[in-house]
Amino acid sequence: MALTKLIQWLLALAAFTGVWATLVANASQPQNYLHKHELFVLALPVILIGLFGIYAVTVVLYRVFTFNNCEEAAEELNKQIAEARKDLASKGFTFSKTKL
Amino acid sequence: MMYPKRETRSSARMAKENAGKNYEGDKYSILLPTYNERENLPIIIWLICHYMDASGFLYEIIVIDDGSPDGTLEVAKQLQSIYGEEKIVLRPREKKLGLGTAYIHGMKHATGNFIVIMDADLSHHPKFIPEFIKLQKEGDYDLISGSRYVGTGGVYGWDFKRKLVSRGANFLTQLLLRPGASDLTGSFRLYKKPVLESLVARCVSKGYVFQMEMIIRARQLNFTIGEVPITFVDRVYGESKLGGSEIFQFVKSLLHLFATT
Repeated sequence: MALTKLIQWLLALAAFTGVWATLVANASQPQNYLHKHELFVLALPVILIGLFGIYAVTVVLYRVFTFNNCEEAAEELNKQIAEARKDLASKGFTFSKTKL
Repeated sequence: MMYPKRETRSSARMAKENAGKNYEGDKYSILLPTYNERENLPIIIWLICHYMDASGFLYEIIVIDDGSPDGTLEVAKQLQSIYGEEKIVLRPREKKLGLGTAYIHGMKHATGNFIVIMDADLSHHPKFIPEFIKLQKEGDYDLISGSRYVGTGGVYGWDFKRKLVSRGANFLTQLLLRPGASDLTGSFRLYKKPVLESLVARCVSKGYVFQMEMIIRARQLNFTIGEVPITFVDRVYGESKLGGSEIFQFVKSLLHLFATT
């Protein structure tokens, strides 16, 4: 049985947390070269989430604006509806009187 | 030198056998669940017959009317007398029941080895069915899904907000479930009959979320999925289904599938 998506996410999250915790521990030691960037290391998860957010919004908006408007498909359908009604009527089909 | 030669011979033989196994035995049962589709049913059936007759594939249309008060069934009977009982099969039910049970009900009477499911409200155009069939044959796919989100696919009649919700929900679903298909909530698909049977038996959701569960379970069961771009013409936007309760249902199912598949 394959792992569920939830478990996969939790595993990835745990792996990231482990790496990040190591970085934070290193950065907190004055002699470590990461010490100069301690604030950056601490803020890393927030920065990554922020970057992902920007990516997500960009992708979704791009896809909204490039979502095809199928004008021709609608036109074609309207023509075919008229054609179908005519042909069906010629075959003896009676459309109901009410509406449309 | 021996090995490649043998290989060539055997693949040539296989190709010949496949050619001999012509596709004349294939039949497509098109399931049309209806509820108050009196206006649309004649048109959709006319279009299906128009395109399927031209394609030369064997087919039947199974109309599953859930006791529509507008007389959809009478309209269907009239169409049956025009097109014949071979082509138009009527399998009405007493009252409105779930989509999944409509498929089960329809399949019970289907004589085809492939099942096409589509909406009867003209948002799905039957001209795509022969394209589904062609792609299915090319890759021997277990299911073909029509997709509004790829290539020449698209929608008509949606405003910015509707598109945003659709794209946003799709992005989130792709991120969380990685389903291997771009259109999860679409309901224009072609299935091998046994594949649809095994999927329906596993799916518990209702409404259009049902379609999403079907394709996620398909991936879970390692069925192969092909995609054909489709245009989706929304002619009844005003009455369209996108309220708070739909969004809630969607999120609930998304999380359910996230935790269980």
